[in-house]
Amino acid sequence: MSAALESPRRPPPALVAGGAITAAFILLALISRIWTPESPTRIHIALRLKPPLAAGLLGTDPFGRDVLSMLMAGTWTSLSTAFLAVALGLLLGVALGTAAAALRGRFEEAAMRSADVIFAFPALITAIMVTNIFGPGQATAVTAIGVFIIPVFARVARASALQIWARDYCLAARAAGKGRLAISLEHVIPNIAGTLLVQATIQLALAILIEAGLSFLGLGLPPPTPSWGRMLNDAQTFLDSAPWLAVAPGVAIALAVLGFNLLGDGLRDLFDPRRDRAP
Amino acid sequence: MSLAVENLAVHLGARALLADMSFRLENGATLGIVGESGSGKSLLALAIIGLLPEGMQAQGRVLLDGEDLLALPESALCHRRGARIGMIFQEPATALNPAMRIGEQIAEGLIWHRRIDAAAARAESLRLLDHVRMPDAQRRFAFYPHELSGGQRQRVGIAIALAPEPELLIADEPTTALDVTVESEILDLLAELVAEARMSLILISHDLGIIAGMTERCLVMYAGTRFEEGPKERILRKPLNPYTLGLLAALPERAPATGERRARRLAGIPGNVPSAGRLPPGCRFADRCAMAIAACRPVEPAWRALEPGHGVRCIRAETLL
Amino acid sequence: MLRLLLGRLGSFIVTLLAASVVVFILLDILPGDPAAILLGTSARPDTLAALHHQLGLDRPLILQYLAWIGGAFTGDFGTSITYGVPVSGLIADRLALTLPLALLAILISTSLALLLGVTAAANRDRAIDRAVQGFAQLGIAVPDFWIGLLLILLFSTSLNWFSAGGWSGWSAGAGKALAGLILPAIALALPQAGVLTRVTRAAVLDVLAEDFIRTARAKGLDRRTALWRHALPNALLPVVTILGLQVSFLVAGAVLVENVFSLPGLGRLAYLALSQRDLIVLRNVVMLLAAMVILANFIVDLLYLILDPRLRARS
Repeated sequence: MSAALESPRRPPPALVAGGAITAAFILLALISRIWTPESPTRIHIALRLKPPLAAGLLGTDPFGRDVLSMLMAGTWTSLSTAFLAVALGLLLGVALGTAAAALRGRFEEAAMRSADVIFAFPALITAIMVTNIFGPGQATAVTAIGVFIIPVFARVARASALQIWARDYCLAARAAGKGRLAISLEHVIPNIAGTLLVQATIQLALAILIEAGLSFLGLGLPPPTPSWGRMLNDAQTFLDSAPWLAVAPGVAIALAVLGFNLLGDGLRDLFDPRRDRAP
Repeated sequence: MSLAVENLAVHLGARALLADMSFRLENGATLGIVGESGSGKSLLALAIIGLLPEGMQAQGRVLLDGEDLLALPESALCHRRGARIGMIFQEPATALNPAMRIGEQIAEGLIWHRRIDAAAARAESLRLLDHVRMPDAQRRFAFYPHELSGGQRQRVGIAIALAPEPELLIADEPTTALDVTVESEILDLLAELVAEARMSLILISHDLGIIAGMTERCLVMYAGTRFEEGPKERILRKPLNPYTLGLLAALPERAPATGERRARRLAGIPGNVPSAGRLPPGCRFADRCAMAIAACRPVEPAWRALEPGHGVRCIRAETLL
Repeated sequence: MLRLLLGRLGSFIVTLLAASVVVFILLDILPGDPAAILLGTSARPDTLAALHHQLGLDRPLILQYLAWIGGAFTGDFGTSITYGVPVSGLIADRLALTLPLALLAILISTSLALLLGVTAAANRDRAIDRAVQGFAQLGIAVPDFWIGLLLILLFSTSLNWFSAGGWSGWSAGAGKALAGLILPAIALALPQAGVLTRVTRAAVLDVLAEDFIRTARAKGLDRRTALWRHALPNALLPVVTILGLQVSFLVAGAVLVENVFSLPGLGRLAYLALSQRDLIVLRNVVMLLAAMVILANFIVDLLYLILDPRLRARS
């Protein structure tokens, strides 16, 4: 507490660490679009299953592909899927939640009940059902993950929006005859944006984890697009002969998730320094 | 039992929250501690029983029958706390565990200190609950705190404190959170139980009126230190500190018919108690004191005994004699 | 109290029915003709019609739905297309693995989380607190199936302690069956433990600041007793809430981890049913997994009533 009093402007350490890690991963994903050490899809059977440094920095996979290049390309796959999924969940969830807070009554009841039902389906299960219809792919992964996190945003948005609705300026705006939609857009959403940003950051971490699981099961982007999850699945077959294959993708997933989680914690500290608590 | 507090001070980092506190309490004696909120009364109580919030440091001595509690290790202190010194807290609404039946909460201290079995502890707690005049004690024994009224909860608080039969009871604003009608019931009960068990009592209150009716001696605190201490009659009739005088002048008048108090600001004491970090130089009260002179400012007045058993911290005390 | 219970039960059943409608729409209506999918594009019309009749697909959708739900009540879930056996038996077999696995994981994660969370809270801002927080942060970030891979790498491939492939089943003795579930349960439990440790720590810190902890200490109770007897029971509510929400991740984790360890559980069955296009199995397994999540949240609702006497009064 005394440290906070002495230098109120120093950013929370979690924010710095999380920001640095996430920035590094975003940069890595962007770089992978224009440059990787090797082509991540180039098959080179003569160089198959080489340990790290024997061929490339992180070795090669059963097809002789460069693991580092695949890892970099996989960063793009993972982050783009996660960002799209969170955008979907955020958009629909916030719409549902703020509408529930604005309209109350039957609509609120129905909206929150629907959120409960959606939440009964883990993203992986939704992915299985959606894959059954459309086959695997990025759209399937984005839909499954995005739908799964709608309830999270719906609940957070509704709870924070209800608090804003109880404030004086909202009451004043209503008394002045402003409509619910106008008040939601002008007063409610800008005031809950910070909370939503924190939640979005944390959900990005979750989305990266789920995407890894989906592609591990082959429910994510189909080959040859590299993805961390499928790299781990490939590694499983060669656990005896090429154990290094199981290390790098796992570390990448864990580090990326850690980065977004830390960033989320840091942002929360920034917006609400009194709370130094977990969720 | 005798309690002697000697040069007690409490620090949080470099800030002194409590300074130069000394007083004695003989066996069976009663002492009232009075002062506005922020004067450090509750902190003093917590320092005595060794439950200061984390980060706070106590210096000086708290002698219980000659044994310095501040020097005792935590494990030994646990045998004194509750067993020899009982404590009643201000907020009966939050001072009880919401997830535990009140009977269990009373029995817990008995089992802990006396190592008796659960059935005996149960019987004894039921007797105690009855003794603090809980209506229908048999049934309420199994109640949770939220099922009781504020006054009933405070009766439970008293039963918890009395269960291990301590020799000294510290009651920290035991009725502040209660209705006035309930307040007098609880105070009567306390007075009766204390007399009956020949316990010593420290009663803390911001209301000099309550102290007046309950204790033999009176200690006035201001901004973390003692301002005046002496026999109650002496303090009420002829206080030697302008601050005490201000407290007396502010005594709310009780309207006899309704028992309700008319709220009144402290007459003659403008402003607020300064916080520990912002103490003025010299006398802590000088800025608010009607009798302050230039000599009050440069150095803090020392504690001095003007009459036997009557001490004061004020250089102008003689003018009030 | 009774009305409160009935209300919770009512919303449990409504959620369950709504979920079954979602499953029916997503698996039976949207994908198109399951018989055609099964037989491929070159199927002769009369074979297709015969299969339609055999699967009951020539009936109106609402009747198909009602037949499914009605069958579920009598324990008749239909016959698996690929295995040729009743789905009920298939599911019961797999449940005998997945349920103990999930319970073992919950047992490990909650005991670990309570121990670490309470210890961290009691030693706030000291080295041990920071270590626990670091562990929790890491646990949350690490995918369960990767932990599974690493455990196999460590214990089966390197140390040769456990066999990674297959599961002995309960007929080989409870000890052997449980031993085969320990590594997968640990893989499932560690991320859960990370989340729950953080919640426990935060909840205990909140409770430790409450007045009644001071009352307990003033009675003479030592720090430890006040912590475990007074602070922890009052901190359990948020922990249980998050535990309920975590069941959703546990179910997804089970699908992954069962695949990593080649365990014949519900998760693996769901995955195989998808790849084999066994819609009857898929529909029932998916419904069962969703039902497990809904049931867990129902149980959490009931636990609330036990843990917080104040809620019981409000009815």
